[in-house]
Amino acid sequence: MIAAGAAGIVFGARVQKVVGSAFGSGLGGLLPGGDRFRIYTVTSSFPEISNSGYRLRVTGLVDRPLNLTLDDLKSMPKTKLVKDFQCVTGWRVPQVHWEGVRLSEVLASAGLKSSAAALTFGSYDGLDTESLTLDQAQRPDVIVAYRMLDAPITTDHGGPVRLYVAPMYGYKSLKWLSSIQVVENAAPGYWEQNGYSTDAWVGASNQRDDKPIS
Amino acid sequence: MASPRLLRFDRVERAAHWTTALLFGILMATALPLYFVQVESIVGRRALIAEIHTWSGVALPLPLIISLAGPWGLRLRRDLRRFNLWTPAEIRWLRSLGRKRNPEPDKFNPGQKLNALFIAGAIVVMLGTGSILKWYRLFPLGWRTGATFVHDVLAAAVFIIVFGHIAFALAHRDALRSMFRGWVTEAWAKRHASAWLKEEQEASSEAEAASVR
Repeated sequence: MIAAGAAGIVFGARVQKVVGSAFGSGLGGLLPGGDRFRIYTVTSSFPEISNSGYRLRVTGLVDRPLNLTLDDLKSMPKTKLVKDFQCVTGWRVPQVHWEGVRLSEVLASAGLKSSAAALTFGSYDGLDTESLTLDQAQRPDVIVAYRMLDAPITTDHGGPVRLYVAPMYGYKSLKWLSSIQVVENAAPGYWEQNGYSTDAWVGASNQRDDKPIS
Repeated sequence: MASPRLLRFDRVERAAHWTTALLFGILMATALPLYFVQVESIVGRRALIAEIHTWSGVALPLPLIISLAGPWGLRLRRDLRRFNLWTPAEIRWLRSLGRKRNPEPDKFNPGQKLNALFIAGAIVVMLGTGSILKWYRLFPLGWRTGATFVHDVLAAAVFIIVFGHIAFALAHRDALRSMFRGWVTEAWAKRHASAWLKEEQEASSEAEAASVR
């Protein structure tokens, strides 16, 4: 029994991939090893943010610091993405529907100074932080998201607004997004300080070989 | 007088069983919101539930360890040794999936022995994988993925086995009573555990002979 458990720990990553794609994410996702969302948090509770109370602050190396409401974000050009969501612990939920505004649009509204090279993100949970280089942030598949799975993002999933970085592992998609600070050099975020890759490309970081997000 | 009584489980064994069962109950109940997002979104308080789950897990082997550790654990140790002893008749019963009855059943039948071995292994593996999930910073990231998978799969198996265990207990009231009151009747023992009854009768007649001397 113990030997099976130890083998499972060592080889489980590979088995999980096979099982996950075999079980799928519908009812099969409820089976152990299936592809379903799990909720991980770094603090002891979820921050509860009302739609009217939500604010996204954009500060730092910008021409016009912003204090955006949810309505402000919704009035900006919409982007829809349908992508697999891959967690660094192995599970992958296929073809998740996302809606929001491109991060590049938000940054354009603020106007970037010439020395801007990176972004630091803060969360309403007061602890989790993330970072992106400016090049990564300008990608068309990096959005400030307010809809997920065809509904407003629930609190559990980081709503009302979270960052969504499609080509990277889930920990980069910071929940309960509260602030964007434009800087020259970004400090490593919460998970990076715990040993996870900074440039968290799916399939090319964290010593994992998952299928990249397409 | 009705059939005389035979002690099947002493106080230490019953206490160990019920405290372990309580901890299992807490672990399984808290596992549901941790595993199913749909349950979690109703129940909330994820961090509190995770704390209760993990510390119950750490506590899980303690009742057994404490019960085994001292002179009070004599009967428990003796009974645990039975789980590793398989007679040819029992192996035949297993191989034939219950069709070839064992004419002289021991105190525990092969199904019960398998259950005990499974649960013992499960406690160790769940504690190990659970520790990797809780203290993930101490372990390589690849292990976290494997541990998550093993913990998930074994949890599902534990649910099935534990519910099966409870179903069997409810269907066998005399045996269930012995886990509350300690005793079974000799008539029950003659029917369900004749080899054990013989053992006990030999032991008590030896003790009588010794005390007369």
